[in-house]
Amino acid sequence: MNKEKIILVIDQMAVAMEKQKEFLTELDNVIGDGDHGINMARGFSEVIKKRDSLAKMDAGDMIKNLGMILVSTVGGASGPLYGTAFMKAGMFLKGKEDITFPDFLEAFQCAIDGVMARGKAAEGEKTMLDSMLPAKRAMEQEWTISGDGKKSMEAGLTAARKGMEDTKKIIATKGRAAYLGERSIGHQDPGATSFVFLLEAIASQM
Amino acid sequence: MVGFVIVSHSRLLAESVADFTRLMAERVTVIPAGGLEDGSFGTSYQLISDAIEEANSGDGVLVLMDMGSAVMTTEMVLESMENHKVKMVDCPLVEGAVAGTIAAAGGQSLELIYRNLTKSGYVNKF
Repeated sequence: MNKEKIILVIDQMAVAMEKQKEFLTELDNVIGDGDHGINMARGFSEVIKKRDSLAKMDAGDMIKNLGMILVSTVGGASGPLYGTAFMKAGMFLKGKEDITFPDFLEAFQCAIDGVMARGKAAEGEKTMLDSMLPAKRAMEQEWTISGDGKKSMEAGLTAARKGMEDTKKIIATKGRAAYLGERSIGHQDPGATSFVFLLEAIASQM
Repeated sequence: MVGFVIVSHSRLLAESVADFTRLMAERVTVIPAGGLEDGSFGTSYQLISDAIEEANSGDGVLVLMDMGSAVMTTEMVLESMENHKVKMVDCPLVEGAVAGTIAAAGGQSLELIYRNLTKSGYVNKF
């Protein structure tokens, strides 16, 4: 994926966050503080304001800077979490003008490690990691079998959507949802959901 | 003198905690960093970062937070600063702010106040 495509991915991410703003906020109203959709939409609209300067950077710096914008503008837990994810991925991709699928997989792992460290979270705690980790595993598996980036991304998306659905069965132990205990069962995690939308934006340009 | 920053999701809560410390430690600098720039609920990287600058007179700054993104955002601000005289403290917000500022007014060092505050969460209220 070249830089021009990455900019289009960022555009798509912003469009998706704006479009899903109400839905994400609705999800977050039930088990969180009801700001996830608004926060993500605000963050990405700030990203779009800096689109021209981002477009001049190499792929790594572009993604890293996107993360820094999210940290300073999102205003909720998703700011430091997604911010760290993009910053770590961007640091890994530093200096690259073009991103291959194996590059993407490694950058994705850096993003996951960043989220785990920042949120002190693991899989199965009803967080964004519950769609990120299954996606990563499915992509790796498909890539090993077929070596086809598009197919691997499709496999990742399917796994991410399943992971997102499955967060309904999990009792939250992280974030403000943890205070709800068993009452968090039956509700889909907003972070796992927004990650699916971001991944869809990446897939749309492959 | 050690300065303090109070990070909260709520502008009013951060301001009130800062205000409350003045009762017993009027001379200590306590800068609230609550809510977003527009006053709504949330935590702002910029407000936290500015508050730390403002609170630092050279003897260091202790940052106290409420929860969740307040902690994570502060962590990111500190990582970008790499200033060893700025520390975030894991302690109850109100008790920590009161105890910490009284200690600072008495001239205690950043390290000593930090160490005592990290233990303050284990003191029973009754």
